[in-house]
Amino acid sequence: MDCKIVGNGSADIIHEIEKLKLDKKEIENRISKLEAQLKADEAVQMKANQACSSYDSILDGHAVSSNGLTPGMIYRYSRHLLLPDFGVEGQINLAKSSILVVGAGGLGSPVVLYLASCGIGCIGIVDSDIVELNNLHRQIIHPEAYVGHAKVKSAAAACRAINSSINLVEHNQALQASNALDIVSKYDIVVDATDNLPSRYMISDCCVVMNKPLISGAALGLEGQLTVYHHKGGPCYRCLFPTPPPTAACQRCSDSGVLGVVPGVIGCLQALEAIKVASGIGETLSGRMLIFDALSSRIRIVKLRGRSLQCFACGDHADFTQQSFQSFDYEGFTQSPMSDKARPKLSLISDSARITSREYKDLIDRQEPHILVDVRPAHHFKITAIPESINIPLSALEDQISLVDSYLKEVAKDSGKSASLYVVCRRGNDSQRAVDFLSKNGFPLAKDIIGGLESWAQDVDPSFPIY
Amino acid sequence: MQLTLEFGGGLDLLCQSVKIHHVDVTPNVENGKLTLRDLLSWVRTSLIKERPEMFMKGDSVRPGILVLVNDCDWELCGGHDTELEEKDVVVFISTLHGG
Repeated sequence: MDCKIVGNGSADIIHEIEKLKLDKKEIENRISKLEAQLKADEAVQMKANQACSSYDSILDGHAVSSNGLTPGMIYRYSRHLLLPDFGVEGQINLAKSSILVVGAGGLGSPVVLYLASCGIGCIGIVDSDIVELNNLHRQIIHPEAYVGHAKVKSAAAACRAINSSINLVEHNQALQASNALDIVSKYDIVVDATDNLPSRYMISDCCVVMNKPLISGAALGLEGQLTVYHHKGGPCYRCLFPTPPPTAACQRCSDSGVLGVVPGVIGCLQALEAIKVASGIGETLSGRMLIFDALSSRIRIVKLRGRSLQCFACGDHADFTQQSFQSFDYEGFTQSPMSDKARPKLSLISDSARITSREYKDLIDRQEPHILVDVRPAHHFKITAIPESINIPLSALEDQISLVDSYLKEVAKDSGKSASLYVVCRRGNDSQRAVDFLSKNGFPLAKDIIGGLESWAQDVDPSFPIY
Repeated sequence: MQLTLEFGGGLDLLCQSVKIHHVDVTPNVENGKLTLRDLLSWVRTSLIKERPEMFMKGDSVRPGILVLVNDCDWELCGGHDTELEEKDVVVFISTLHGG
C-alpha cells in the first residue's frame, strides 16, 4: 500500500515536472521574444539617434562619376543639373544635406514632398498627430487610406513612393523642449511647419541654441507669411516678437478656417527657401518677410529689422543655454497650448445657468415652451444648426437684443405659458459669454447648453454634422 | 496728408473687414508733421471699430503686430518717431501661427 502510494506519488511528481518543464519552455520563449523586440526597438532608436547620414548612404555601393553623382542621380536630377546657377554642385549639396520638417500638416505636406523629390539626402519628419478626414483638403501628402494612422508614417510612405534613394527618419512624437535638442542636433536645417504659437517660440529658440537656420512659414484663412530666421546674422523669431501676443489674437485653422491651397503655396515657398539654404544658391528671405494675400493675389516682401542686440535668445549678452532652453515653459510663456486641437474651456457662468445637451433634448420632448438662440457667426449657422434655433451672432447680440424679447413673447403667446431662453454655440464658450451678457441685460434666466453643438452631436444626435 | 493704410493677418477684422484704407490725416498744427505715434492714435480713434485692445497696448501696437512703412519694418526707420510723408503706405500686420 505504501508502495502504491509512493508509485502514485512519483507519477504525480513526474507529471508535475513535465508540466513545469512546459511552463519553463513557454516562459523562455516569451523571454526570447521580448528580448528580440527590445533589440529591434533599440535598433530603430539607434537609427533615429544617429546623425542623419545622407550622402554616403545614398551612394551606397553605386559607381560614382568624377563629379560625385551616380548615373542614376544624373538622370533623375538632370533638369536641376541643367540649371547653370544650380548644377552639379547644387545637387551634391542637396544630397549632403539633412533637413528636419516640424509638422506634417498643411505647410509640411508640400515641404516634405518637394524635399523628397529634389534629393535632399536625409529628411526627418516630426509630428505626433494622426491623419483626420478634415485634414485632407489641404494636407495633400496624406491619402484617405491613412486616415486614423500617424501623419509621420503617411508622409514617409508618400516620400518613399516618390524617391526611394533618400533617407527618411520618422519622429512620431511631438517636438518639445525636452526632446528638441536631441532631434534638431541631427539635422542641418529646420523647417517650422507647425500650427501654434508656443511651438514657434520653442523651435526658434532651439535653432538659436543649436545654431541652425530656420525656415518659418505660417498660414491662416486666406493669408500666409514666410521668412528665414537665424541665418547669416539675421534676426530670430524673438528679435521680431520679444513679447507674445495676447491669446485672443491667436487664431487657429480649426476655428477660423483656411483655404487649402494657401498653406500649400507657403509650404512650396518654404521648400524653395530650404533648397536655397541647402544648396547655397541665391538670396534667402533672411531679414525679409514674404506676406501672401490670396484673396487679392498680392505678394508683399518687406524688409525686417536685423538681429536685436538685446534679444533674449540671440542677443549679444543673451544667457540662453541648452539648459535654459530645456527648462523654459513655452506654453506658460505664450499662455497657449502646443496643439491646434487643445481648446481652453471657459468657465464664466454658474452651473445653475447651464444645462447639458441631454437635458435640453428632454425639454424638447416635454414640449417646454422656449427659444434656442444660436450665437455662432452666420456662416457657421449655414453649415448646420439645430432645427427651430434662431441665429443671433454673439457680435450682434447687443444690437439685436430686442429680437430675443420678441421671439420669447411670440412663443409665450402661442403656448399660453412663459417661454424660457436657451443659448447654444459650437463648443460652449461663446454661449456662456452670451448668457453672461443676457443675464445682465434683462434676461436673468437665460441658460446655455454645455459643450454646445459638439456635445449635441456626441450625446443626443449622432447624425448631427460636426465640423 | 494722403496715406494708404493696410491691415493684414486678421487686423482687418477690427476695421469692418476692410484691408486697404485710403485716408487723409491732418498733420500736427504746430510743426506740420505727422509721426507714426500720431498715426497710431488717429487709427485707434478713427478706424478701429471694435476691440481696440487687439490693436493697441499702451501707446504702441500690441505684441505680435509688425508695422511697415513703405515695406520696411518701422524699427528700421525710427519707430514711433518715424515722420510720415505724403503717399506713404503703412501696413499693420498681425503674425500668423496656423499651418
